[in-house]
Amino acid sequence: MAKMKNNNGDKNGKQTFTISAFSENHIGLLNRITIIFTRRHMNIESLTVSGSAIPGIHKFTIVVNDIPEKVEKVVNQIEKLVEVLRAFYHTEEEIVHQEIALYKVPTTALMESNKVEETIRKHHARILEVTQEFTVIEMTGHKEETQELFDELNEYGLLQFTRSGRIAITKASRELFTSYMQETAKDSVN
Amino acid sequence: MKDIKEHTATSSETSKTIRITGSEAMMLSLIHEEVDTIFGYPGGAIMPIYDALMNYTDKLRHILTRCEQGAAHAAQGYAKVTGKVGVCMATSGPGATNLITGIANAMLDSTPIVCITGQVGAPLLGTDAFQETDVIGITMPVTKWNYLITRAEEIPEIMAQAFFIARSGRPGPVVIDIAKNAQFGELDFKYSRCHILRSYLPKPKIEMGNIYAAADLINKAKKPYILAGQGIILGDAEDEFRAFVEKSGIPTAWTILGACALPKDHPLNVGMLGMHGNYSTNIKTNECDLMIAVGMRFDDRVTGDLSRYAKQAKIIHLEIDKAELNKIVKADVPIHGDVKDSLPLLTNLIEKRSHEAWLQEFKEVDKIEYEKVIQKDLHPVKPGLTAGEVIHIINEKTGGDAIFVTDVGQNQMFASRYCKFKNKRSFVTSGGLGTMGFGLPAAHGAKIGAPGKEVILFVGDGGLQMTIQELGTINQTQAAVKIVLLNNKYLGMVRQWQQMFFQKRYSETFLLNPDFIKVAEGFGINGKKVVERPQLAAAIQEMLDFQGPFLLEVSIEKEDNVFPMVPTGASVSEVILEQKK
Repeated sequence: MAKMKNNNGDKNGKQTFTISAFSENHIGLLNRITIIFTRRHMNIESLTVSGSAIPGIHKFTIVVNDIPEKVEKVVNQIEKLVEVLRAFYHTEEEIVHQEIALYKVPTTALMESNKVEETIRKHHARILEVTQEFTVIEMTGHKEETQELFDELNEYGLLQFTRSGRIAITKASRELFTSYMQETAKDSVN
Repeated sequence: MKDIKEHTATSSETSKTIRITGSEAMMLSLIHEEVDTIFGYPGGAIMPIYDALMNYTDKLRHILTRCEQGAAHAAQGYAKVTGKVGVCMATSGPGATNLITGIANAMLDSTPIVCITGQVGAPLLGTDAFQETDVIGITMPVTKWNYLITRAEEIPEIMAQAFFIARSGRPGPVVIDIAKNAQFGELDFKYSRCHILRSYLPKPKIEMGNIYAAADLINKAKKPYILAGQGIILGDAEDEFRAFVEKSGIPTAWTILGACALPKDHPLNVGMLGMHGNYSTNIKTNECDLMIAVGMRFDDRVTGDLSRYAKQAKIIHLEIDKAELNKIVKADVPIHGDVKDSLPLLTNLIEKRSHEAWLQEFKEVDKIEYEKVIQKDLHPVKPGLTAGEVIHIINEKTGGDAIFVTDVGQNQMFASRYCKFKNKRSFVTSGGLGTMGFGLPAAHGAKIGAPGKEVILFVGDGGLQMTIQELGTINQTQAAVKIVLLNNKYLGMVRQWQQMFFQKRYSETFLLNPDFIKVAEGFGINGKKVVERPQLAAAIQEMLDFQGPFLLEVSIEKEDNVFPMVPTGASVSEVILEQKK
């Protein structure tokens, strides 16, 4: 579990945590989980839900900014839900995380100068689709990085922009949850 | 029909598959879960189930409450005294929303109930159909689990899960919303009880390391203190707890819901904790060197100001719900598990001790409370009758061999302080939610669950009027609930706070009451009113002797207060015995 690190909390002791919860893929579970945050008046910075490595099990990745004690309690409440198998929380140092962003710019902006092309190259972004009217650019990275590209492309008349929630993987060699599933398979006392 | 009979012959597993309707499957599922009583109220969206019910009245007794809220509370009273899962049923929309207060109450007090609510047909879901409410959405924050059944085939598996989840681990309410088409639809019915869900671990494995650490702390402690919570009762671990208490010789206090964990007259039982608990139990909280909290959750009504709560003590916390560990009070040794398992492990490792001098310290403080509060409550010399003396006489006449039920407010605090709890599961009260109106229906459910026991309800004039229609239900079943109405013509607890903290500004706490005896009579229930002391004992005797439900109204002193009291924001050690002059 996450250890409190003094060097990265803000002045209120708040820091960014990434919560990962593994659950059955049942109707209404997202609601059950978000209620826990609502009750404690805690804001969700980003939320990603999708199938996990194990068929039938879904993974919630939730980013919050709060004090460690409060995050721990919320994680315990999530794990308490009948249909949640396990829930964990991690500091920024404990995970590798990524987001994806899509940008739509007018194709004329690319034609008129090579500035846009330079920008795309500099940010290691890539072009997904080009039409006569618009070009869709994709970039993966941390929020600050995708934001930087946003700011730069905005100068060329950005038509649309969208950013995903965070996905994350732990630095521990095996996923905590995979270890848990293997252990419980061994001694399924329940 | 022969095949159905086989299913109703109560084995929990059946190999035979039969083709029946969803409504019949619902009835058979209940029978397989050994349900014998349903509290409920019919309506449009649950009519097929009520129709099927008529075929099973030999196995399933249905009690028609006068409002769905009454059904939810009655199911809780039933569950509390039997240890079984209480069942209630209601229709969609307003039927289901009337259950909500009861469900929230069961959630906060960890009471196992299964609520079955009818729902509009699946094709109509989300269309604002007649009497459609999003019951799953509404009940989500106040249930342990809920599920919407839209196909008849789902019924046996979901019902098995519902009962398993409601009764196991930390128990709680489960809502099963069933669409009307699933009630009409047919299925191949086969039932097997649920014992395992991969996402749910109701019986955590106990870490022995923590047991050793806890035993070590207990063996070294000079002034250890046990706090008994409802977890002991829910875990059916009263015997294991008693063995632990007796071997350790440690003074034991209890939360309101832990009231029957140890008999009240046990020499190591030092009394109730919390805002209106005993004087010694609160003061000694800040003097003990080790606190052993067993199946309790450090409610704010128990702890008072948290920043000054037992800071000097090491804390051992035995608890089945991991989310309760370190939630309010940081435990030095958390023991995650069912107390039925963890207590014997601990008892095994601790030394047999007695803490006479430390116990004596409680008794010294008790003397102060007796003189300042208890004597005046139980043996008043002033003309006005007190709630305390009513309870005292009932104690003497029953010897505590009764199930005591309360409503919420002063009546509840007097009852929990003074009732002589003798038996297991003999106290039914609304703890966490503090639901006025809980008492009457809960007492009825308790009497239905324990017909051989004397069931005595203490209720105020405010709370009684919140669910007074349940007198009609009681008249219909003739369950011999003994209702003791402590009438002070006020919302007494709120009035007490107004007196103490709002300069006696009695905002909306005076009640112009009906003639309760006439009201009871109108419902077909016998009653008697007492206004003077000389008539009290005989009237109580008359109530106890009466075969059938009875309302005893006692006009008590209008402005009596409950003491001791830990005022809001104060530390437990600042508990007061009287109002500052």
